[in-house]
Amino acid sequence: MVEINASGTYYKELNQKIRAAVEKGEKEIVLKNVNGQYYIGAGFVGSTNITIEGVPGNDLAAFMDGPTLRIKSNAQDNISNTMNSGKVIVEGNAGDVLGYGMRGGKLHIRGDVGYRVGIHMKGNKKQTPTIIVGGTAGDFFGEYMAGGILVLLGLDSTGPLVGDYLGTGMHGGMIFVRGEVDKNLCGAEVGILDLDEDDHKILKDALTDYCKDFGLKLEDIMKKGFKKLVPVSLRPYGNLYAY
Amino acid sequence: MNHNYQKDISGCGLTGLISRKRRPISGSEIVKSLCLMTDRGNGLGAGYAAYGIYPEFKDFYAFHIMYDEPTVKRTVEDYLKSNYHIEKVEEIPTKAVKAIPISPMLVRYFVSPLKERLAGEQEETDFVVNTVMKVNSEIDGAYIFSSGKNMGAFKGVGNPSDIADFFRIEEYEGYIWTAHTRFPTNTPGWWGGAHPFTLLDWSIVHNGEISSYGINKRYLEMYGYKLALLTDTEVVAYLLDLLIRRHGLSIPVACLALASPFWKNIDQRDPEEREALTALRQTYGSALLNGPFSVLFGHSNGLVGINDRIKLRPLVAAIKGDVTYMASEESAIRAICPDPQKVWAPRAGEPVIVNLED
Repeated sequence: MVEINASGTYYKELNQKIRAAVEKGEKEIVLKNVNGQYYIGAGFVGSTNITIEGVPGNDLAAFMDGPTLRIKSNAQDNISNTMNSGKVIVEGNAGDVLGYGMRGGKLHIRGDVGYRVGIHMKGNKKQTPTIIVGGTAGDFFGEYMAGGILVLLGLDSTGPLVGDYLGTGMHGGMIFVRGEVDKNLCGAEVGILDLDEDDHKILKDALTDYCKDFGLKLEDIMKKGFKKLVPVSLRPYGNLYAY
Repeated sequence: MNHNYQKDISGCGLTGLISRKRRPISGSEIVKSLCLMTDRGNGLGAGYAAYGIYPEFKDFYAFHIMYDEPTVKRTVEDYLKSNYHIEKVEEIPTKAVKAIPISPMLVRYFVSPLKERLAGEQEETDFVVNTVMKVNSEIDGAYIFSSGKNMGAFKGVGNPSDIADFFRIEEYEGYIWTAHTRFPTNTPGWWGGAHPFTLLDWSIVHNGEISSYGINKRYLEMYGYKLALLTDTEVVAYLLDLLIRRHGLSIPVACLALASPFWKNIDQRDPEEREALTALRQTYGSALLNGPFSVLFGHSNGLVGINDRIKLRPLVAAIKGDVTYMASEESAIRAICPDPQKVWAPRAGEPVIVNLED
């Protein structure tokens, strides 16, 4: 295990230090006193575990391929942009545009998230990117979603569970929302369905890992029902410019 | 084409704070907060606004003026002398900074309009606004970039720490601060184009772009405002002056005009509210700000933060004790307030309004 004190360190220098540690074969890295440094974990490959104390800057884990990052506090915007594999665990809240174009791996957030989470997320036969949000989400949750799984839990939240334009432009993937979903908040192409057996299995698998990360009980979360959101219309805007 | 081109991906950065108890806070705090976000700008503009910095001249309008050359200074001073009592004139204190080899002449004047120059029932504030518009649009090479009481803006072309050193920001103490690092996209990076933009006590810092600039500009021109600073943000300062000072809208209502709810949301409200919001949108359709923005605006009684209606730019707020903080990034707040009692991300279009307690 190696500790790196990030206090007052410019992001380029900090990321060089982390890379040097990874290249030396370090498997456990703890970053102390992080505040605002951009691009932590960006483009990293391999299986290193990095624990971050303090608020990391934007573009955390962008293009990441393998490592696990655990953030002990809040995190900012643009986490896991185009991430391919690995995991990001955020113990606090996180900001806007999380998982943009994410194509694999996991993003687990204990608290609330901002706007445009899961935008353009995609999957393929081999990879299912997964984002699980413990708290609430802002507008445009799952916008233009093309694949993967988004889960919104609304645990111990007081405010609205999710914002407007839920799943707008969605054409693939699945969104699971714990609680009821207002059709008025959804994009035109979004269908609200009950979960079938396969869905339950997928959701439970995803949540089992999530619960392990935060010391939560799966049965507590499953006490409340879920809805599944999927695209049901292929061309909902086909006539938008027709006249 | 060079495919090794390294693009710096950035946007503007802003930060602000207010002590609701009017506790003086050193400029070094806001500098530290802004400098954490230096990379959100590109060195083509930075600035600071502070309230409560001129207590000994609090009854006078503090004009901060930049001059391109000495003859224009004489023209402006002749104009000021025939219209204002000038309590004090001094160069704005600056320090030589290597990264800022050239700057305009920077002078501040503490003034009050001569009573006999006010036409009839004319408000003093209208007279001052007219002066600012006249100088900025008619006198080439002279710009009044700050004109409020007991407040001032300090700005120029440079990065946040150089501009702070240059204007000796750390020597001021204020109970409200706003600050900005600029990444100009559509308009030139010049001294007058740096943020904050001010008029009377209003000061604006802005991240984003006002795509409704043309509509807003033509609307403001009908009320005598002259848009002379070549930058979209200027309209926000003047719209606040028009809506709040001249039309008497409250701050929450003015925010509803600038970032009004979408029609589909208005339609879902109670009939009474629907009618009010419809009237507001119809009346102030040309004041609606379109495009991505997060904005902080300071005024003599408080600080307001607001986003565009779909939150296309970031804004985070925090509270500790008597101080409320707002910034583009949470880390910029934590740079000067490591343990806030509450941190939150304001929702789109919903203003955070903080007033001084007295």
